[in-house]
Amino acid sequence: MKKLSKWSVFYLCLVFVVLYAPIFYLIFYSFNSGGTMHNFEDFTLDWYKELFHDSRLLIIVLNTIIIALLSAAISTIIGVLGAISISMMRKKSMRDSVLSLNNILIVSPDVIIGASFLIFFTILGIKLGFFSVLISHIAFSIPIVVIMVLPKLEEMSPTLVDAALDLGASGKEVLTKVIIPYISPGILAGFFMALTYSLDDFAVTFFVTGNGFTTLSVEIYSLARRGISLNINALSSLLFLLTLILVIGYYFITKRANKQMGVK
Amino acid sequence: MVLPMKNSKKWYIIPYYLWIALFVIAPLALIVYYSFFNIEGNLSLENYEKFFTSVYLFMTLNSFWYALLITLISLLIAYPTAYILTKTRHKQLWLLLIILPSWINLLLKAYAFIGIFGTYGVTNKTLEFLGIGKQQILFTDFSFLFVSVYIFIPFMILPIFNSLEKLNPSLVYASQDLGASSWTTFRKIIFPLTIDGVKSGCQAVFIPSLSLFMITRLIAGNRVITLGTAIEEHFLITQDWGMGSTIAVFLIIIMIIIMVLTGNRKRGV
Amino acid sequence: MKSLVRGLIAIIVLSIILLVVVNQLNSSRGYSSGNTLTVYNWGDYIDPDLITKFEEETGIKIIYETFDSNEAMMTKIEQGGTNYDIAVPSEYTIDKMLDEDLLLPVDHSKIPNLKYIDSRYMDLSFDPGNNYSIPYFWGTVGIIYNPKMLDGKKITTWDDLWDKDLKNQIILIDGAREIMGMSLNSLNYSLNDKDHVHLKEAKEKLDKLTPNVKAIVGDEIRMLMATEEAAIGVAWSGTAQEIMWENEDVEYVVPEEGSNLWFDNIVIPKTAKNVEGAHKFINFMLDPKNAAQNTEYVGYSTPNKEAMKYLPEEITSDKRFYLDEEMTSKLEVYENLGKRSLAEYNDLFLEFKMHRK
Repeated sequence: MKKLSKWSVFYLCLVFVVLYAPIFYLIFYSFNSGGTMHNFEDFTLDWYKELFHDSRLLIIVLNTIIIALLSAAISTIIGVLGAISISMMRKKSMRDSVLSLNNILIVSPDVIIGASFLIFFTILGIKLGFFSVLISHIAFSIPIVVIMVLPKLEEMSPTLVDAALDLGASGKEVLTKVIIPYISPGILAGFFMALTYSLDDFAVTFFVTGNGFTTLSVEIYSLARRGISLNINALSSLLFLLTLILVIGYYFITKRANKQMGVK
Repeated sequence: MVLPMKNSKKWYIIPYYLWIALFVIAPLALIVYYSFFNIEGNLSLENYEKFFTSVYLFMTLNSFWYALLITLISLLIAYPTAYILTKTRHKQLWLLLIILPSWINLLLKAYAFIGIFGTYGVTNKTLEFLGIGKQQILFTDFSFLFVSVYIFIPFMILPIFNSLEKLNPSLVYASQDLGASSWTTFRKIIFPLTIDGVKSGCQAVFIPSLSLFMITRLIAGNRVITLGTAIEEHFLITQDWGMGSTIAVFLIIIMIIIMVLTGNRKRGV
Repeated sequence: MKSLVRGLIAIIVLSIILLVVVNQLNSSRGYSSGNTLTVYNWGDYIDPDLITKFEEETGIKIIYETFDSNEAMMTKIEQGGTNYDIAVPSEYTIDKMLDEDLLLPVDHSKIPNLKYIDSRYMDLSFDPGNNYSIPYFWGTVGIIYNPKMLDGKKITTWDDLWDKDLKNQIILIDGAREIMGMSLNSLNYSLNDKDHVHLKEAKEKLDKLTPNVKAIVGDEIRMLMATEEAAIGVAWSGTAQEIMWENEDVEYVVPEEGSNLWFDNIVIPKTAKNVEGAHKFINFMLDPKNAAQNTEYVGYSTPNKEAMKYLPEEITSDKRFYLDEEMTSKLEVYENLGKRSLAEYNDLFLEFKMHRK
């Protein structure tokens, strides 16, 4: 592997610095005894201590994570299947119309999605809460999964499939042993983008939730009118740290495992 | 690509199309339906008439223009980033680290940016230190574009990265062996072969950018008005779901036109 | 494929574990019991200690949900799906909710503490007789300014804002009625004016303000004013109180031409399940000691005359936030203008926003 030039490293570092600047800003002020995000007074851990007494907030965080994980997983599965079926279409007009339908939710403002889903749920008489939020999150994440997976399917050479079939693979085996491994980077990309959509969503969740169920985003936006106290900073910092450790940890564990199995 | 799937095996596509019927077509029908009702609840075309006035047409052009800028800038920054990433040793790790910040709540990050770009914030303190002096960064086009690109960058980097990964390096070596400069290699080999990823990224950025409204208020102080601003207002404040739906209809039409124009053509090998 | 499947299983297992944890936490807080009260309020708009106190006194568990805008809250309640027992809308929304028949009447006989509310804040146009709503907090719309940044200049009227020297010094709140109202008041019109000619006049006057306006923002105005991004802001008194708590240089004034008097009142939505509990809650919040405790936490002005006796002198004697009769007589409450006029206000405001480009 060629070594990276100095400029490349510099550019990459610059990108990372900019990406993480607001995050570090938030973490920095989570230690502020001053209570605001612009006047640093004294270092304190009070905001973190406050978190541990707030069981309501803890429940909200856990709910948010559960919804994010499940909705991302399910929408990825449905999205992948959808992308595969789109790539198998032969008529351009069919493809274009399904793709346009796919993208409608991405172009629509969250308010509209939230309002129309709410109407939908009330017409069907579905009680608002965990399931209505889960279903809604799955619904708006599917399009982005399709967009992330489709290019990989397009790139895949059809001769791969033909070769597999020639060698006697069944339809199912072609799917699981040829197609899916090939497009797995797209699948992962779709999964992570779906996670992002879910974690960040406010408007849709706000409209379709109820009965005491709420996510972190809704909670934070509701605090805006009165001022977001720094325990939210503390919470976000902890979540960030946790995710960071998980990501790095997972990565090095799998690297180790692969090495031991002799995979590069 | 054709698979020898018996019709009974077609079950796997049911979830996706069920989703389209329930969560895309049904809400879409609802939106179109509402667009034909005016604020008093009577059937009327006045929403559509209103859309073709200078206020809304200007707003549409504005949204379009900013969405285009955001997409282009994201592309310019994301492509080199993705390219350099493919050459690193722990590329999946770096990729995940790029996505990580996007999981922190948007409002919090916006507040952080207000602090960073504020008149007495970090950036201005640095500028003062460098002798350039304080600048008005907040509430300008610059900060608006900066923060918007910040939000959308992971969506552009990921698909381009995936495309670059699958690029056959021997094609690049061959081109260089034959005497092509780096720029020509890029223009004729690398870029065309990764165009699918680029298109995917552009779609994932341009389309949502058209309806941005939170950033237009938080960072741009409403100096930038998009169609999203108007829709938000109509749905929530005026409670004129009719007009809001009409604008949404036009957003969708614009999206469809773009999709058709930049659509993927089936290619061989 | 194998690793993907393994990843999927890991996610499902993790989710199940977390769900179990959530369930445990929920039941430890007593949510499995039937005696609950669902409260729908603005974020951070009640002292959490009072919630605990209420739960201990009555044995009723409170399920607390928050919203960030009146309209969104009204849409949620209208659509149903959740049975809110208590909600805290602003006055103009109560007007709309009554129009749509979304509220249950409040039984005054069950709220003896109602007698502690200042009569100035009762029986207003949006809810005559207070049959459906009980005052919670109130305030005004006015001008927040930093004299230090203006070389000691004093601001007393809306018209002062149009001063040519104030280039790029003003931040406005993103509210059509507030900003159009400000312009109408400066022209000596009512802020409930429906006359097309007057509205056009008001909008054109706003266009002349454009060079002085730095930005039109939402709740972040608090952060912006406190960090001295701008010398002047037009917002609610509650916001002013919060800014002043952070930055002592800042002043607040209710302009002479007149302004808006706003209220956040407690209501009982029609779909409420625990109406008894709702009344108990309202009575509890009206208790002078509780109201005083809440006022100290939230920082806005309380309508509870008796509660003022339990508040520090420096708060209750502050004329900017606890107005005397003469001042409140000049203020107007927002009336429901009807959908058409409301749309006209918003359209003109939108045009004003675009004019600034």
